[in-house]
Amino acid sequence: MLVPLSWLRDFAPFDLEARSLGLVFDNLGMVVEGIESVGAGLDGVVVARILSISPISGLDRVRLTTVDDGSGGEPLEVACGAWNISVGDVVPLATVGTTLPNGMTIGRRKLKKVVSNGMLCSAIELGLGADADGILQLDKSLPLGTPLREALGIETDVVFDLAIEGNRPDANSIAGVARDAAAKLGLPFTLPSPVVDRKGPPSSSAASVTVEAPDLAPRFTATVITGVSIGPSPSWVQRRLTLAGMRPINNVVDASNYVMLELGQPTHPYDLDKLAGGGLRVRRAAPGEVVTTLDGVDRVVGEGDDCLICDAADHPIGIAGVFGGASTEISSSTTNVLLEAAYFAPMAIARTSKRLRLRTEASARFERGVDPAGIDLAVARFCSLLGSGEVASTTLDSHEGLQPPAPITLRTARLNALLGTSLVDGDVPRYLEPIGFTVTPVSEGVQSVTPPTFRPDATLEVDLIEEVARHYGYANIPRTVPHSPQVGRLSEYQADRRLVRSILVGAGVDEAQTPSLLGPGDHERAGLVSSSPIAAADAMIVEESLLRTSLLPGLLRSLAFNAARRSPDVAFFEVGPVFTRPAADRVVEGPDAALPDERERVSVALAGDAVAAKHVLDELVEGLRLVGVSLEAVSGEEGLHPARTARVKVSGTDAGVVGEVDPAVVAAWGLQGRVGWLDLHLQVLLRAPRKPLEQLPISKFPSSDIDLAFVLPEDIAAGTVEAALRAGAGDLLSSVDLFDVYRGDQVPPGTRSLAYRLRFVALDRTLTDADVAAARAAAITAAQSAGATLRS
Amino acid sequence: MTDYNALPQIESDAVAAVAAAATLDDLRAVEASFLGRESVLADLQKRLGSLSAEERKAFGQQVNATRSSLAAAVESRRSALEASERAAQLAADRLDLTEVPYSPRRGHLHLVTQARDRLEDVFVGMGYTVAEGPEVETDWRNFQALNIPLAHPARSTHDTLYLDYGDPESVLLRTHTSPVQVRVMETHEPPIYSIMPGRVYRKDTPDARHNPTFSQIEGLVIDRGITFGDLAGTIETFTRAYFGPDISSRLRPAYFPFTEPSAEFEVTCVLCRGGGCRTCSQTGWIELGGCGMVHPNVLRMCGIDPEEWSGFAFGFGIDRQAQMRHAIADMRVLLDNDARFVSQF
Repeated sequence: MLVPLSWLRDFAPFDLEARSLGLVFDNLGMVVEGIESVGAGLDGVVVARILSISPISGLDRVRLTTVDDGSGGEPLEVACGAWNISVGDVVPLATVGTTLPNGMTIGRRKLKKVVSNGMLCSAIELGLGADADGILQLDKSLPLGTPLREALGIETDVVFDLAIEGNRPDANSIAGVARDAAAKLGLPFTLPSPVVDRKGPPSSSAASVTVEAPDLAPRFTATVITGVSIGPSPSWVQRRLTLAGMRPINNVVDASNYVMLELGQPTHPYDLDKLAGGGLRVRRAAPGEVVTTLDGVDRVVGEGDDCLICDAADHPIGIAGVFGGASTEISSSTTNVLLEAAYFAPMAIARTSKRLRLRTEASARFERGVDPAGIDLAVARFCSLLGSGEVASTTLDSHEGLQPPAPITLRTARLNALLGTSLVDGDVPRYLEPIGFTVTPVSEGVQSVTPPTFRPDATLEVDLIEEVARHYGYANIPRTVPHSPQVGRLSEYQADRRLVRSILVGAGVDEAQTPSLLGPGDHERAGLVSSSPIAAADAMIVEESLLRTSLLPGLLRSLAFNAARRSPDVAFFEVGPVFTRPAADRVVEGPDAALPDERERVSVALAGDAVAAKHVLDELVEGLRLVGVSLEAVSGEEGLHPARTARVKVSGTDAGVVGEVDPAVVAAWGLQGRVGWLDLHLQVLLRAPRKPLEQLPISKFPSSDIDLAFVLPEDIAAGTVEAALRAGAGDLLSSVDLFDVYRGDQVPPGTRSLAYRLRFVALDRTLTDADVAAARAAAITAAQSAGATLRS
Repeated sequence: MTDYNALPQIESDAVAAVAAAATLDDLRAVEASFLGRESVLADLQKRLGSLSAEERKAFGQQVNATRSSLAAAVESRRSALEASERAAQLAADRLDLTEVPYSPRRGHLHLVTQARDRLEDVFVGMGYTVAEGPEVETDWRNFQALNIPLAHPARSTHDTLYLDYGDPESVLLRTHTSPVQVRVMETHEPPIYSIMPGRVYRKDTPDARHNPTFSQIEGLVIDRGITFGDLAGTIETFTRAYFGPDISSRLRPAYFPFTEPSAEFEVTCVLCRGGGCRTCSQTGWIELGGCGMVHPNVLRMCGIDPEEWSGFAFGFGIDRQAQMRHAIADMRVLLDNDARFVSQF
């Protein structure tokens, strides 16, 4: 909200320097987003007449003028690059030494062989408008040499841009801002008391008001003003509206806007003669009703509690509190005005405004709650500003829906307990009464506080405590630090998740974060054709409208992003949730039953093959000290290579998948080479059994190695043989190491040779040849039972 | 037959031969010819037995002296030759370490993770636990339990992304991590000292200043006798611990439906250290987040008696911390995962 300082001074004698006053606003929660000085920087700019214009030899974009600056001396030579000037024009001249509002200081300037003694100015250079196209043309009757500020009647002013919070409907007005700041500074605050000679016949003689929905329009007034002549507003009204960011239109519309800015009460003037039946009906909209608003748009209303303003013939002419209609708009031929000033139910206005996506200056104020008791002042202020026409002696006033503010009990002990202050009973009226609250003592430490009608936000004790705190000053509340009774720590899951990240970083994988929302086709492009992602309703960006069911598309996109920037050799992991529709048999109780499945996963996508992905898995297994990890070859995993992928089992529980991305998917993302993939359910991974914490004894006796080579059909996994060796080679086995894999002429087609080195050791003795021979035989038997043949 | 009188000659010949041996092999040959079984010296030694006792004693001493002198010369030459051979081997094994390319295998944590970890560590040090919850939430936990009923004007500032899931506008992507506060209050008896970091979502388009998906961290304290002064003191303690002892904080009134009194909190601009710069619009302060005393309605809705317990909550963006710390010009880089960016940190 734009708040001119001169306007604030109508209500209280603010004499602080602008920046200091800005701090007062800040500390009251009316945050200053900008402070602009208006009309400053015009010292040294005077009215001058152009006497001649001539070219400057060697320059084709700048001409030399001579001007009369009214000083009675010789004409001044001034260079000028604008082309909208002719001899005889009266224009602003910035004399040498002037510093313009934009900070530019005018000096004596030499161009080729001429000297320029000042500058002719455009509106934008003077801070007087947006027009940068040419020199500002002034009234030719202005006396030359007059300071421009005097010639144009410009007063210096300061305009604050304040951000007003949603719980401060009172501060959505100049008067409200002034009231709050005056209270903080201990200055007297006075509202205007306009005197209006209401000598017209009662409003009821020319108009009627029927309020059929008092719940939506708890107070609704209409005032007849006859014989109005439409014309421009006085220049001071126009100037204030302009400073506050509104465009002056005519005296009626300007008066309405002025009152809204000053007092926060929106009003709506109707052309009474265009109003069928001369009356207003206020009622709920019927479903599907259409209103043509001032902007010429047909709007369908009636889906909820939309409140309509209709004429006496029941034709809708406006959406109450949100937008007026075109048919009864004030025009240059209007003579009789019916002024609506009302209090509409805030929640209803909020709903209508949201449903129609129509937010106006009026709706923004009504939905926060205007002052129902301030309507009379607003009407009087409107009439006095209008200064034209005859105001009806009485106003049509329906106020059956109105509730007075209820008193609130405020306990001083509670106040201090919540703030950490040592305030006394007397402090409550000291801080609350200047901002309109009425405080009545009930007993020691207990007072009854009635909020003013312009503070509908204050309904609870804590609302009052906040008001006291605001005016006491947040900075004055002593700072203390509560002592947590618990030891702060990460949960095991959180600590282990950090460990997972650190293992992956140590394994040479960079961490990525990709959007949880994907675009249409992203899942399919990653091969996830049956994922059925949950969609965002009404997403703003279609590329981010579907909840990911896997981290695969996002990570593939990251790989593609880097490949396109000549960084093809990257490896990324991401830890994050994926979202899926729950299985039909899912059992979740309570409100979470309404939510989809959300699981945290850790996935790795890397430029490389399944072997590289498997190595990353090994790092995790080792780093987390997992036991019982096995791989089971799998084909048909969506998006993954059918012959280079395995499920990861941790102690028998499925934890995810490791392998390679399907070459077709790799190509679909514009990538080249192989892409390794690891995708694990983080919770399953972190809950899996770990190696025991107790140390295992280390033998003091020498170990013995034996090498065994087996021939194994391709359709039996090497892991099966290794598992059989571990299980069957006896207690003396300490390690199994697959050190060679051979495929070729030396083994039958469809098989390969696997060479294992088995190490045996005993804790209590050196192994004998017989020990080793027995273990060897047991190992061979175990491998054979898994389908392997000892290679001779 | 060589005479014992030739011993000095033998010795000088041998010493010259030892000195002339250029390799260990040469030296071994020299050693064999002068000190070996077939050497003149060995022959002289053997023949001592045929001499008279007196001669045997005199010549025996001479032979032994010559032998030990020669042995010493050979040993000395051997260690010299060994040392130079070792030196030659090492020299041949030369490696120019600047030929080895800089190629660390180590990856990098995402900047938001780094910032989040640092923030978590500060609060853990202050006695807080870390609470988490789902990113897809119910309208109830994201809004209604936080004193934001349906059609409340405050909802318009949240740009909520609802999902086509369940009843219309019942399930959404959380707009803040406050629903985790609700979960903690629903499931834990006070006292509560917890932080809630996590990802949140707004219906918005990305630009240089913000992404519609970002991370924030909130804190919640519920205990007996918690005051606004405790809130201000906690913010100040955190600010100094996280940003450094020369950075302080200030609160100014604000409005949030779920806290009252509410405040925005600002910290000394970390770029200009309070002197005023473009980042802080010359004010010396930068806005960090929102905070306030938990609204009694929220406590009640979460099953906590506001007359017995009170508390405060605060929240701010994690991405913005990373932005300030690393002077990030365009926030979109946080979701691009550009290797040239990621590998800088």
